[in-house]
Amino acid sequence: MKVLISAVGKEKTDDFDLRFGRGDFFQIIDTQTGDTKVLENAGKTSDHGAGIAASQQAIDEKVDVIVTGHLGPNAFEILETSGIELMSAKGGTVEEVLNDYKAGKLEKIAKAGKSHKNIKL
Amino acid sequence: MKIGVLSGKGGTGKTLISTNLAVTMGGTYVDCDVEEPNGFIFLKPENIITHDVLVDYPVIDEDLCILCGKCVDFCEFNALAKTKKIFVFEKLCHSCGGCEIVCPTGAMKYEKRKIGIIDEGISGDIKCKRGVLNIGEAMAVPLIKALLENLDENLNIIDCAPGTSCNVVTSLEHVDKAILVTEPTEFGLHDFKRAVELCKMFEIPHGVVINRIIEEDNIVSRYCNENNIEILSSIPYEKNIAEIYSRGKLIIEQEQYKSIFTDLIEKLGDLL
Repeated sequence: MKVLISAVGKEKTDDFDLRFGRGDFFQIIDTQTGDTKVLENAGKTSDHGAGIAASQQAIDEKVDVIVTGHLGPNAFEILETSGIELMSAKGGTVEEVLNDYKAGKLEKIAKAGKSHKNIKL
Repeated sequence: MKIGVLSGKGGTGKTLISTNLAVTMGGTYVDCDVEEPNGFIFLKPENIITHDVLVDYPVIDEDLCILCGKCVDFCEFNALAKTKKIFVFEKLCHSCGGCEIVCPTGAMKYEKRKIGIIDEGISGDIKCKRGVLNIGEAMAVPLIKALLENLDENLNIIDCAPGTSCNVVTSLEHVDKAILVTEPTEFGLHDFKRAVELCKMFEIPHGVVINRIIEEDNIVSRYCNENNIEILSSIPYEKNIAEIYSRGKLIIEQEQYKSIFTDLIEKLGDLL
């Protein structure tokens, strides 16, 4: 199973990042082999639609689980239909967050967080 | 002649200068700060005619779509995403038409949607135009372009958006001369420098109006003198001006401020 965790750095000892679309890195951990693939977040350099770019990246990487802080409305709309399990963590290192996920301590993301742009009134 | 009024920093007095200058000179006032147009508060135009501004965006025929994802790969603006279907985020679409071209099955078709309006009216002797972008829209450029199409041949005062983003760049493409309005603060100077760079890039003759000055010698005036930037005018930091403005009135209605704008017009004429 491939678990994508949003992170501020490339190491498993680096902090988990609450941000999805505008975070720095995605660490994708294969829970069977223990291998980790680190990608720069495609959303980070997008002028618009950071959450959309980051979502497409996660889908293209064929991940099974996303662990992040919050998902904006656009990202949530895409990912909700993707079949990817969407989980929310509150803090800690990437390693700690992964262990929390494995231990079933994380909550599912059931709705979109606040938009930074394109605010729908 | 089209005179652009821009600032870099927001809240320095673009609309104060644009509205009072437009009435002093005659011509057309054009409010290109479409995310927050407020020139009409001061000019109070009448007989307003409103037009809708429409943009193209793709709609997908799901019966024809084979989910190849070529449109998603092509889109530079993250307006498309693919999961078990293709998502269209129309507010991010730049209407380039690329997705329609790369689609192998003809599943992409462009339709039109409204992003805002253009208002045109008359205030005394001058014409007034403004764009108003719908709340929630991410891109103002198509609306600004529509607003600046078919301007009168005579004088236009173009009240630009703050900053140095695409919105300002789009307006500058139509401008013959630029008035940069700033204030003698660190932020005012910092953003003013960016506005100067932009004018240089477009080779637009420009000068500065320093608003809210306490002393003639200030950080903006020193910078202008060191860098050969023409100071067109300085406006004093006065509670009276703030009061007139906050009541939605023009400061040229009071005699002592008229010369600020007549002097400015004279110096603008010399600006090459």
